[in-house]
Amino acid sequence: MKLASLLMHLLGLFLLPFLLPGVINRVKAWWGGRRGAPFLQPLWDTRRLLGKQPVYSTVTTVVFRLAPLVVLATTLVAALLAPMLPGGGLLPFPNDFVAFAYVLGLGRMFLTLAALDTGSPFEGMGAAREATFSVFAEPALFLVLGTLALGSGHGTFAELMRPHGWQAFLVTPLCVLALFLLLQIECARLPVDDPTTHLELTMIHEVMILDHSGPDLAMMQYAAALKLTLYAGVLAGLLNPIPLETQPVLAALVSLVLMLATAVAVGLLESLLARLRMRLIPQFGIAIAVIGFVALVLATTQPELG
Amino acid sequence: MPPTPHLLAIGLTPMQHPEFVHELRESLQNGARTVAYFAENLPDGVVALTALLQEASGLRVLRGHARSDAQVPALTVQFPQLHIFEREIHEQTGLAMPGHPWLKPVRSPVEPMSSYRFFHMEGKEVHEVAVGPIHAGVIEPGHFRFLCLGEQVHHLEIQLGFQHRGIEALLLQRPLAHATALVETIAGDTSVGHAWAFCRTLEALAGVTVPLEAEIVRGIALELERVAMHLTGLSGMATDIGFLQGGTTWGRLRTTIINLSMQLCGSRFGRGWLRPGGVRFGIDPATAQRLPAILTQFQRDMQTITALFETSLSVNGRLHDVGTVTAEAAREVGLVGMAARASGVELDQRVALPDAAYGQLPMPLCAQLAGDCWARAALRVDEIAKSIQWLHQALAVPGLADVPLQAIGALQPDALAIGVCEGWRGEIVHALQTDGQGRLRHFKAQDPSLRNWFGLALALRGNEISDFPICNKSFDLSYCGNDL
Repeated sequence: MKLASLLMHLLGLFLLPFLLPGVINRVKAWWGGRRGAPFLQPLWDTRRLLGKQPVYSTVTTVVFRLAPLVVLATTLVAALLAPMLPGGGLLPFPNDFVAFAYVLGLGRMFLTLAALDTGSPFEGMGAAREATFSVFAEPALFLVLGTLALGSGHGTFAELMRPHGWQAFLVTPLCVLALFLLLQIECARLPVDDPTTHLELTMIHEVMILDHSGPDLAMMQYAAALKLTLYAGVLAGLLNPIPLETQPVLAALVSLVLMLATAVAVGLLESLLARLRMRLIPQFGIAIAVIGFVALVLATTQPELG
Repeated sequence: MPPTPHLLAIGLTPMQHPEFVHELRESLQNGARTVAYFAENLPDGVVALTALLQEASGLRVLRGHARSDAQVPALTVQFPQLHIFEREIHEQTGLAMPGHPWLKPVRSPVEPMSSYRFFHMEGKEVHEVAVGPIHAGVIEPGHFRFLCLGEQVHHLEIQLGFQHRGIEALLLQRPLAHATALVETIAGDTSVGHAWAFCRTLEALAGVTVPLEAEIVRGIALELERVAMHLTGLSGMATDIGFLQGGTTWGRLRTTIINLSMQLCGSRFGRGWLRPGGVRFGIDPATAQRLPAILTQFQRDMQTITALFETSLSVNGRLHDVGTVTAEAAREVGLVGMAARASGVELDQRVALPDAAYGQLPMPLCAQLAGDCWARAALRVDEIAKSIQWLHQALAVPGLADVPLQAIGALQPDALAIGVCEGWRGEIVHALQTDGQGRLRHFKAQDPSLRNWFGLALALRGNEISDFPICNKSFDLSYCGNDL
């Protein structure tokens, strides 16, 4: 069981962040009538970027150089806490999901500071948008995680994945829905952000990393893809019906398939939807929070005839 | 006689400038619209002013003379549609034009621009965003300054001129035989439109009448260009809002259309197809019989993707009420072509000033009322359908194969010729002036972009800065067509 968990995490850390964006891109390509890039193209892109020398603007300070390292480090720490499969994270401790959220928050802070550090109006706008929209995403995330904590009666991230009692049939789907929508905001996907656009004025996440180059850019992109993997992992953990204790290998495989399915779902959504206009994104965040709140109410309701 | 899209003025006696300005004002007050207004520097410090007006009866030209130090009053405040023309005249001739509120250079080289003061705004939450002239995508250079309150744009100031090549002067230095090839590069995406306007102007000067069949072939070239460029616009708009299916499918369909141009004339952009005196390539009966099936297939695919686009809630939510220009504003600042029709201004020179081809096979007028990005997309869809219908009719006209070029002989001396052509973006105006020996003395080219850029600035007011790309794409204006 430990071995399966460790393997899954290593896979999650080092392969899935390249594979999942590749799957999303391939789904979009198919839907658009094109053949598409290889599934592991993001990996080759990363290798290419690592071989380059970064270029630094003369107006940037140490914050700009530090940011990719901090963003990478915080995302990796978050990856140690997040459950990739129903077994749990590698470093579980009580209420670790709070640490998960705020370690990622620290990364986001450095991401936005580095963007402001460039002095570019584009990046400043992107940073402002990122900061504003995260204000709406954060309560939604905690409503969902808090609901799961109540539903499962536990405090570590891994155990959150198994709400029990009669409410689980309603609470779990609502939490899955809320987390999937939250993924669109947190991982800068359509309909919130368009990762393929070249139009700086419309960007949120991409515009903040415009000035990063070479290995710095590779770190930023890897961290962003890892965050996507973490969210997909949490979703897979919630949906996975196989108990890890009895069938570890099967459970790991099912989680893997569910994560790939999440990527396919993201790709399909991006193929079918146009982007929201910018001023509707806060409402999108509020809508997720409302879903989380409904789940919370359900989770705390005591059955009349029990 | 119905109004024609060309005009030849021989031995027109120029008025003195006070009388000229008076006439111009009178005519505009009586409801005429300005099609073009430009100036030429004559020897001895005289500036020749030419205004081309569209009245109910057709085109009318006004000619005036002023000394270069004269105080020719600007009429922009009273008739804002003149604003860009008076700015251009001021820039090209140095005429003072007192009373103009904003004599900013139209396409001045960069150096004098360093002394130009851009609009400026102060206050809490106010910030300026400068974009370009170098852009992230492979597009033309232009500088955009957004005066913003948070995410909301208060005003957009546009600075162009980075593509200025001196086309008008270049044309006069070249042999006439090479002129059309140059004209086709005024705006590369409107090669056929500009070529036709130029041919029409030169043919008027030479007194040549092009046979109907050749004019129909020109119409086929123009409508293919219109369909292809509208598809480019739709594909670009879909891509900008992240609507993947529209972006890829319209892009693919465009290839079908430009490949038809390729088959008919050897150039996907219709270059080298039109020449003064007619067309260099006719359409043989076998091809004319083969094309309708391709167009029918095209129209079927087009309807499928358009239905997806128009029924998608996310697309509707993204495009409605974004970048609105009211009909009143469009008329006031003198928008032309597609941008004007999307705002409910019924202005299409194929309808108002039909030539032989559009006289024979009339083109229905398309218009939308809303004036927003959705309207500009929907108008493109409508116009593509109408153009395809027209192409079906045109391809059925007999005798398109054998259309020899008419010889262009001596040009009428001391004459001013004007040609208008409704390109896919809007009305294109070319003017040629000959000297006493019948040689070309002055050339003026006007792309619809010149007048419509200000429409984009208006469209953005009160919108979000993140809506700029979609507004920009919905207008789809030419930088080089403005810069010449």
